[in-house]
Amino acid sequence: MSTQMQQLYQQVILDHSRERIGNADLLGDMAAGPHGSSHQINPTCGDEIELETELGSDGSIVVRWTGDGCSISMASASVLSELAEENTLEGMLDVEAKFHELMHSRGTMAGDEEILGDAAAFSGVSKFPARIKCALLSWVAFKDALNQAQTSLKE
Amino acid sequence: MFARLRNDFPILDTRVGESPLSYLDSGATSQKPQCVIDTFTEYYSQRNAAVHRGAHSLAVMATDAFEAGREAVANLVGGTPEQVCWTKNATEALNVVALGIDRASHGFGGESAQRFNLGSGDSIVVTEMEHHANLVPWQQLAHSTGATLRWIPVTDSGELDLSDLDTIVDETTKVFAFTHVSNVLGTINPVDTLVARAREVGALVVLDACQSVPHMPVNFVDLDVDFAAFSAHKALGPTGLGTLWGKSELLNALPPVLTGGSMITTVTMEDSEFMDAPQRFEAGTQPVAEVAAFTTAVNYLAEVGLDKIFDHERDLTRVLLDGIAEIPGITVLGSAEDRIGTVAFDVDGVHAHDVGQYLDSQGVAVRVGHHCAQPLHRRFGVTATTRASTYLYNNTEDCERFLTALAEVRPFFGVQ
Repeated sequence: MSTQMQQLYQQVILDHSRERIGNADLLGDMAAGPHGSSHQINPTCGDEIELETELGSDGSIVVRWTGDGCSISMASASVLSELAEENTLEGMLDVEAKFHELMHSRGTMAGDEEILGDAAAFSGVSKFPARIKCALLSWVAFKDALNQAQTSLKE
Repeated sequence: MFARLRNDFPILDTRVGESPLSYLDSGATSQKPQCVIDTFTEYYSQRNAAVHRGAHSLAVMATDAFEAGREAVANLVGGTPEQVCWTKNATEALNVVALGIDRASHGFGGESAQRFNLGSGDSIVVTEMEHHANLVPWQQLAHSTGATLRWIPVTDSGELDLSDLDTIVDETTKVFAFTHVSNVLGTINPVDTLVARAREVGALVVLDACQSVPHMPVNFVDLDVDFAAFSAHKALGPTGLGTLWGKSELLNALPPVLTGGSMITTVTMEDSEFMDAPQRFEAGTQPVAEVAAFTTAVNYLAEVGLDKIFDHERDLTRVLLDGIAEIPGITVLGSAEDRIGTVAFDVDGVHAHDVGQYLDSQGVAVRVGHHCAQPLHRRFGVTATTRASTYLYNNTEDCERFLTALAEVRPFFGVQ
């Protein structure tokens, strides 16, 4: 097995792709707090995700999603949900920026495990240009859903 | 012969990491023989000039090269050189027909274009196995004219379900557009039966021949289709070039979509007259070097023989299908007997993108995704598949390397 493949499909990614955190039905307007949702599709492969964020009054944030896609896209959504559990809204904004930066590093960054947790394992993915969009699918949905949740908070 | 001609394709010597390359993605685009690559150098270093204008010697040579391409294609697929129009790609060729009909339906093209007139009460028929290129333009045409879009469904075996052919294609049907060979299933459709029904109701027949022309003997005159489209790059030729083939009488009546220089007879400040086909559809500077290279490709294919290519690929298809049947958890889409070497499949528990990535790590190049045929994938209850597709330069070793790697996919991803 080539080391490139091992870097891409790290065990933590394969585990998240099977045991998916946050993979649950969306609540929509049944959600208690300010919320937003986003549907993202990768037109080249048909990977799909519907992701919802809900903001707590204590600064916490919950992510729920349903989706269908490759192991990278599904693991990424799972890791994102796990990080949301561990972070406040403010912390997640930092995590999102750092993950984005990591995915565009072309394999030159290691990824800060302190901040990124299991998402640091995606550093190998950034070497595969065709797979970066798989890893980012849920994060694009997250950003979009979060914007909506924050907008509804202001209203 | 096939073992030897593999040496004509320099890219096949590429190594992917530590593995030799097994290129099984010719359904997406074919590799090019050295003679086609050389034609670009030869054309630009010896013959380059603007075609159909200028009286100098180079312009004559460039024009000859450009026009020789039509003759080569006409020899390959039937008809006369005037029936061969160059387009940017096959997608554009299909759009030229659909948009031409659209313009005719909105009053363009005068009396002779009225035969294309489409409106509410009329229908356009396609099939459920179309590539988006032969579906979306017809949807657009239906939206624009008020005509109804209908389709022939696909059976579990990946063939057209013709049980309701006579009610789907009826007296209201003005256009019947279908693919000769499915780019996903590899199924060869019964063009004769479909054309016969179209003739009964007076519908125009538009054939997507992208997956047939490169792989089997095809003659559009014998098939009696009205329009046909295919691309150069899937048939050993360059990208940036497609062919629209049509019956001259129809081509010369169809309103052109792209207008401007090189396609007119008389231009005043108020209006213009258009040339007959093929120039009618060739506004602006054309891809002359690409045509020269495609001519070389067509001649190469003719020399090998499309019948021999078809037989060679049929042998490879057998190896692929028999081998896949031995691997647990793999489901091939479709099981038609009449087929080419295009095999799409689902790997239980592993997404197509991951399958493709693993195969790539073993030097095997395949296509993953919906292959521009989302409705067909939906029909089979999947969003994406992995597709292996053969061509004349593939050999049994390519197939075996693919099968060995495919057998490792589910264990690698921990799927039992």
